Amino acid sequence: MVVISDILVQLGQMTLVLLLAPLLTGVVRKMKARLLRRKGPSILQPYRDLLRLLRKEVVLADNASWLFRVTPYITFAAIWVAAALVPTFATGLEFSWSADLIAIVALLGSARFFLALAGMDVGTSFGGIGSSREVMIAALAEPAMLLMVFCVALIAGSTQLSTVATFMASSEVGLRVSLGMAMIALIMVALAENARIPIDNPATHLELTMVHEAMILEYSGRHLAMIEFGAFLKLQLYVSLIICVFFPWQITTEGAGPLSYLVSAAAYILKLVIASFLLAVFETATAKVRVFRVPEFLGAALMLGLLGTLLRFVSRGF
Amino acid sequence: MISTVAQQLWCVAALLATTVLAIATSRSRRSTAVVYGATFAISGIALAAALHALIAHTNATELMLPVGLPWLGSHFRLDALAAFFLAVVNLGGAAASLYGLGYGSHETTPHRVLPFFPAFLAGMNLVVLADDAFTYLLCWEFMSLASWALVMAHHREADNARAGYVYLVMASFGTLALLLAFGLLSGAGGSYSFAAMRGIRHTPSEAALVLALMLLGAGSKAGLVPLHVWLPLAHPAAPSHVSALMSGVMTKVAVYGFIRVVFDLLGPPSWSAGVVVLILGGVTAVMGILYALMEKDLKRLLAYSTIENIGVIFASLGLALAFQANGYGLAAALAFTAALFHVLNHSFFKSLLFFGAGAVLTSTGEGDMEKLGGLIHRMPLTSFVFLVGCVAISALPPFNGFVSEWLMFQAVLQSPDLPQWMLKIMVPAVGALLALAAALAAACFVKAFGITFLGRARSPAAEAAGEVDRYCLAAMFGLAALCFLAGILPGLVIDALSPVAMAVIGHRMPVQASDAWLSIVPIEESRSSYNGLLVFIFITAAASLAVYFIHRFASRAIRRGPAWGCGFADPAPAAQYSGVSFVQPIRRVFGTLIFQAREHVDMPPPGDLRPARLRIDMHDPVWEQLYSPVTETVWFFADRLNQLQFLTIRRYLSLVFATLVTLLLALAIWS
Repeated sequence: MVVISDILVQLGQMTLVLLLAPLLTGVVRKMKARLLRRKGPSILQPYRDLLRLLRKEVVLADNASWLFRVTPYITFAAIWVAAALVPTFATGLEFSWSADLIAIVALLGSARFFLALAGMDVGTSFGGIGSSREVMIAALAEPAMLLMVFCVALIAGSTQLSTVATFMASSEVGLRVSLGMAMIALIMVALAENARIPIDNPATHLELTMVHEAMILEYSGRHLAMIEFGAFLKLQLYVSLIICVFFPWQITTEGAGPLSYLVSAAAYILKLVIASFLLAVFETATAKVRVFRVPEFLGAALMLGLLGTLLRFVSRGF
Repeated sequence: MISTVAQQLWCVAALLATTVLAIATSRSRRSTAVVYGATFAISGIALAAALHALIAHTNATELMLPVGLPWLGSHFRLDALAAFFLAVVNLGGAAASLYGLGYGSHETTPHRVLPFFPAFLAGMNLVVLADDAFTYLLCWEFMSLASWALVMAHHREADNARAGYVYLVMASFGTLALLLAFGLLSGAGGSYSFAAMRGIRHTPSEAALVLALMLLGAGSKAGLVPLHVWLPLAHPAAPSHVSALMSGVMTKVAVYGFIRVVFDLLGPPSWSAGVVVLILGGVTAVMGILYALMEKDLKRLLAYSTIENIGVIFASLGLALAFQANGYGLAAALAFTAALFHVLNHSFFKSLLFFGAGAVLTSTGEGDMEKLGGLIHRMPLTSFVFLVGCVAISALPPFNGFVSEWLMFQAVLQSPDLPQWMLKIMVPAVGALLALAAALAAACFVKAFGITFLGRARSPAAEAAGEVDRYCLAAMFGLAALCFLAGILPGLVIDALSPVAMAVIGHRMPVQASDAWLSIVPIEESRSSYNGLLVFIFITAAASLAVYFIHRFASRAIRRGPAWGCGFADPAPAAQYSGVSFVQPIRRVFGTLIFQAREHVDMPPPGDLRPARLRIDMHDPVWEQLYSPVTETVWFFADRLNQLQFLTIRRYLSLVFATLVTLLLALAIWS
């Protein structure tokens, strides 16, 4: 019985992230529009976009290879698996032990690896410029993320996300300097990884300034739908990650009743709304930086992660 | 039943016999097939024997042959550590032989390759088997010389001659350092056998000196920065299957030498040894991959990436030393196993990638990535296995490279307990360096694969490429399968490595085979666990589900059209992103500091019809700051001494007389 309920929780979370991901992006877009005194599209617009893309035919460039055609599915699958391993409202994920935080980071790395390759497949300058900038950003964001993982893992004594969330939800954590640094580092990395302002502008279509959009410029139809869906999922993943590591209040730990699942699901959705509001405010308040200012931004994240980890090495008190 | 060490020595004897055969028949047309067939069979047998010795937990066996120094003889010994490295050597040997069966037929001068190939394999086997200092050094030199001869196989190409020269100088220097290290190890009694060396206690300063000499000797062969300079010259100069052996296997023999001396012969380590090795490893990893990123030649890029991987291995070994010195046996076993796992992984994927580079080279005649492109259409199988190799070396799940990186990060997370402040600060710093190296490696192999295999062909040669023969493909597919299997079943590999950790560290990682679903658990499940098999199944299931739903419910229509060029289509393939432009952001971020990379744009004034040019200046810090001053000093003194060669007979006689008087005076004052 326990196994079945655990698997149900796991499947429930997997479907939940899949269903909620476009909504989250829709909510962020709506809030941004309202902050700019625009009316903005409906929060359901991302779903409509996906459906529209799925119905369209794919226009493939003449010399696109098989890699170009399988990449959307590989990236989507890798991001989905990674997202399914992040606890959203309950920690007791059945398959949480199969991949820890480091593996989640690496899964996202796999998705990006293939996407960057696909950007180079057709052999246009736009794909190349996008891939080239994406790997530069990743080369700095990934170590920063790993150092954040180190810092959190040293505090919680585990790299297992379920264990980390359970530990963080317990009362023995308290306020810690290193934890604060790790949180800021993670938020900075999350902004970079999701191609948000100030690193990249998700709404731009001005070729010379875009990174992520340039890389996927050649994609259309269902392939583009998969990639967009992957991007929605990634945003959801990072927000869930920040929530479950740093704000795990009301998360259901193992052995709780069905009512607590409901409460924690409601709390989770509330936290998502708050997070998307904060993201929208932040994005409205800042401007995109030049590409070569990005290393400074991510270098700061890297240093914060390193400092947090060093503090943990130096003393258990921080 | 002959003993395990005798089995291996018979295999070595067979390899040496193949060398003789190759010398005798090297000008015949059949000899390529015969020699590579023979080395394939012999390496296969040796591999099976070594794996059996490793997995069946047989006791260490020894053998003394009455050759070599008359009062010493040659001692050979096969223990778990040697068995593991023999398995790595012979697996690489078997794969390279299989590849050579196809690749060798393109060789223009087979008589310069065939005799040395089995000799090189025999040399590497013998180094691992040697059990006394004399035999060890002799075999080490034999291995170096055989590989030098292979580097010089195409000696008429100007760069190769220089590569061979630098290699020879560095190899001699390395052997000198090893000689001195063994001299110190043998102690006052001057006992050359390893068994006697184990019993000798060393003072801390002696031990530190031995460590430094080993880092110079084994480190120069393995490619530790700043001793790496010969490696990116020599490894690519050899024929590709030999490059694979040199990069994938010979560097591991150097790692073996380091482990044998520092972990086994030297006695209990000090924590400061761990710090030194750790820092060297971290710096080597980052520098190696940055060099690789800046490289245009595919084989040289792979050689530089070898330096990165050696750095990763040494960093893990440094961690193991630090844990061992402080008595954390389990953590030391974890770090040590991570290092061995990475040794194995690197021998898989680096051989695979060099084979792929060789396939590109035979099929297009181009090693420069800027003249390749679009090969995924014309070499679909090669590009697939090369992609597997790229994913594996970039440490991405579910392939094998990720597992060893993951184990290493788990070992880093064990280290806050270490008492020394130096370690407390250096371990996370090196952890950051290794994370950076891993991320840069992914960028590097996006470039390597993207520029070589994707996009549009940048030269007629790349346009006319075709798939390689089936032997080459078989070797590459075999290694790709091993990369995949080691990635999804890491528990089996860790269990197979446990006798080695047990023998060297005295502890082992927990038994993994009994864990549910074949996951790996380095310490305990609540701390961390990883299951490559499940991750692979999940990804496959999620991707299949997506494909199924989309093809069931969404549009399946496909239309081919020209690529979107924003209204300004660029028909020339030269307008694509090139390797140099691909790494431009990374070059600006890291290269301006380390390589002093500067871009100069030469823009002609309006009306002038000459094309605009972009020139990039880069400086190799190691070569310019370290080696140039040394070579200049040597040249300076050589020039001065050279004058002694052109003296008259009277001056020579007076010189002899003066020397004699000086010596006699010295003797008189001395006594």
